[in-house]
Amino acid sequence: MIPEIGLFLCLVALALACVQVLFPAIGLLRGEAAWLAMARPAARAQFVCLLAAFATLVHAFLVNDFSLVYVAQNSNTALPWPFRVSAVWGAHEGSLLLWALILAGWTFAVTLRDRALPGDIASVVTAVLGLVSISFLLFMLFTSNPFARGVPAPPDGADLNPLLQDFGLIVHPPMLYMGYVGFAVPFAFAIAALVRGRLTPGWARWARPWALTAWLFLTIGIALGSWWAYYELGWGGWWFWDPVENASFMPWLAGTALLHSAAVTDKRGLFPGWTILLAILTFALSLLGTFLVRSGVLTSVHAFAADPARGVFVLGLLGVIVGGALALYSWRSSAFEKLPSARFAPLSRETLLLANNVLLVVATAAVLLGTVYPLIVDAFDLGKISVGAPYFNSVFVPIMVPCALLVVVGTFVRWKRDSTGRCVSMLRMAAVGAVLAALVGGFAIGGSRGLQSAIGIGLAAWILLGTLVALRERMRADGPWFARFSTLSRATLGMSVAHIGLAITIAGVAVSSALTDETVRRVVPGDSVAIGGYAFRFDGMRESAGPNYRAIEADISVTRDGAPVALLHPEKRAYVVRAMGMTEAAIDPGVFRDLYVAFGERFEDGAISLRVSVKPLVRWIWLGALVMAAGGFMAATDRRYRFERQREARATTRRGRGLVEARSA
Amino acid sequence: MNPRQPEAWLVAIMAAIVLFTMVVGAPAIGAELQFENRAEEERFRRLASELRCLVCQNQSLEDSHAPLAFDLKKEVQAQMRSGKSDDQIVDYLVGRYGDFVRYRPPLRAGTWLLWGGPPLLLVIAAAGVWKVVRRHGALVADVPEDSAGAVRAVGRKRRNSA
Repeated sequence: MIPEIGLFLCLVALALACVQVLFPAIGLLRGEAAWLAMARPAARAQFVCLLAAFATLVHAFLVNDFSLVYVAQNSNTALPWPFRVSAVWGAHEGSLLLWALILAGWTFAVTLRDRALPGDIASVVTAVLGLVSISFLLFMLFTSNPFARGVPAPPDGADLNPLLQDFGLIVHPPMLYMGYVGFAVPFAFAIAALVRGRLTPGWARWARPWALTAWLFLTIGIALGSWWAYYELGWGGWWFWDPVENASFMPWLAGTALLHSAAVTDKRGLFPGWTILLAILTFALSLLGTFLVRSGVLTSVHAFAADPARGVFVLGLLGVIVGGALALYSWRSSAFEKLPSARFAPLSRETLLLANNVLLVVATAAVLLGTVYPLIVDAFDLGKISVGAPYFNSVFVPIMVPCALLVVVGTFVRWKRDSTGRCVSMLRMAAVGAVLAALVGGFAIGGSRGLQSAIGIGLAAWILLGTLVALRERMRADGPWFARFSTLSRATLGMSVAHIGLAITIAGVAVSSALTDETVRRVVPGDSVAIGGYAFRFDGMRESAGPNYRAIEADISVTRDGAPVALLHPEKRAYVVRAMGMTEAAIDPGVFRDLYVAFGERFEDGAISLRVSVKPLVRWIWLGALVMAAGGFMAATDRRYRFERQREARATTRRGRGLVEARSA
Repeated sequence: MNPRQPEAWLVAIMAAIVLFTMVVGAPAIGAELQFENRAEEERFRRLASELRCLVCQNQSLEDSHAPLAFDLKKEVQAQMRSGKSDDQIVDYLVGRYGDFVRYRPPLRAGTWLLWGGPPLLLVIAAAGVWKVVRRHGALVADVPEDSAGAVRAVGRKRRNSA
């Protein structure tokens, strides 16, 4: 009975989403504010319905209701309860419900903050989000109903994919979806600006905190996914340029471009059309990501659910939403030409941010090209090819190096115009420091990897030092340092923190890929593997059992110059229900290095093979991403957005009221 | 039709799956390459990480533990030891399995857009930026050019007055 209530609530949510779209549309056509105002309560009620529906599905998992096909396919009585909760979004149907719930959550959040917006804009934004919600609810109800019953109910479930029985999976998908779906909000603001013909900077300012928040969630989501792949997939890699990874990376790159472009549109009123296009592109790439992951057109290590019919549906949705948005854009395009154009010199923040945008978009396009090219080649019968890490590294890195170089100049240079002399004199020391760091790092690492790591270390030092110089430049010149520091806005601080995060990630990538020491050895108890200054001794192995798996655990003691460092227990698990093997790597984490041991094979004579590696600074890759997200949070909570909003609102509600009155007259 | 029949089918299929997983999915016994030294291992790793495991979803040969991948790894190692260069080994594998086996696609008729696309886009983008900056720069041209010193002075003044 309870699952039927869940399904019913989804239908009610669908009906409410229709209200959320149709009523504001009627309100705009007839010029009546009362119809417009219906968008808000409908959106809030929709959120409550979906939350309750989601709760019923969680309940079904917790009480092991295997009469639901989805529960039977993805859970088991022996599955520990935290994984039973995360199994809700462990496969396709539940993921879609989570998607819809998160979309409703974002819409709810918009309705909480929209009093500062002009009434018509707020309603149109809510309506656009409602339209997206309708599409996804229809998609879920028609192709992938999580509440479908199976007759007869099996006595026990088929268990959750063992790869997903992990802490990483509890948190990674919700974060990722928060990011993907969050970009629907700036998209909705862009559409509202187009629909209402208000292309002035206003929309960019309202959309900025939302874009920042979505971006920070996506950043965390990607970092969690990378970290999860690192410790769970058992080869110690943190990024494989796998299609599913790329699917999350593309909206991130486009979203990063959007943040920077929206800053220019907000502050200077420039490039409004470009910013709108980026908002559309970012959300389109989020939808494309959903399509790539859910359709099964790409073979991937992460393709957990694959169904061509669903793929066609998402592709159709993508076509309608993006096609509609672009048609709207071209319909309004003549209006962009009439906007007053501000002036800026070749050396100005405008130019630098434009260059940053263009590089990020080209990088996005390169990733997209490499991701879909095998499909295109196959479709035209030109043979099967694989596009993997070697391609992406050789194409992506050359585009991002100038982008990283420009980061510092972009934060330092002034709006409108600046002098070369000022920039050179202020940034000279940072440049010298970066070159020194690159030389020291390059020679210390040496060999064939010396050059690439020198570039990475140099860039990281350049961004760090340049950002600090730019921060000092922005502080007041007098008073004690803390008083000067407190004059910085949260937006400025957030930006600097995010850029420093980027520097940390770049340093982590450069150093860990150059200095990782790795070997696979066959060992018998008592054997030692010496690597990277550490000795890994295989002491023996024993059998153990988990709630739903059997395991063999190896005991590895790690020493450095005879002194004990860590005891590691890599496991090889056999999950009973799915009859699936898994390797659980054992990691001794550290700020400066990770010690990584994975259980390879078992031999008949009692020997085993171990993959052992020492990975310097590998943790910095994810640490940097967290710092970036923290920067995003600081910037998103800048006071400016709130105060500007209120002022703007007072001015525009009067305008909006005037409009409605004029229409109804 | 006898309603029990589909179930019998299912049981047969399940039994086949269970048997199959017992044979294939049982903890693999013994299969790991041995290397003579670190140099050989590192060369192998570099080479194998650019090759695709043909039976996996999307994994490099180096990362794969599949039995077929192991055979291929052995083949690569044997060819390394027989003195073949990396290119010769890749050519041999491509001859046998096609371009699908390489993660670095070759430059040929079907892939020129793949390799040429990003540089081409970069050129177009640079031209676009150039055009936009020139157009907006031209708007400034009628304002007298500031000297570097004047801008610095303004900056100093602003900071002092703040």
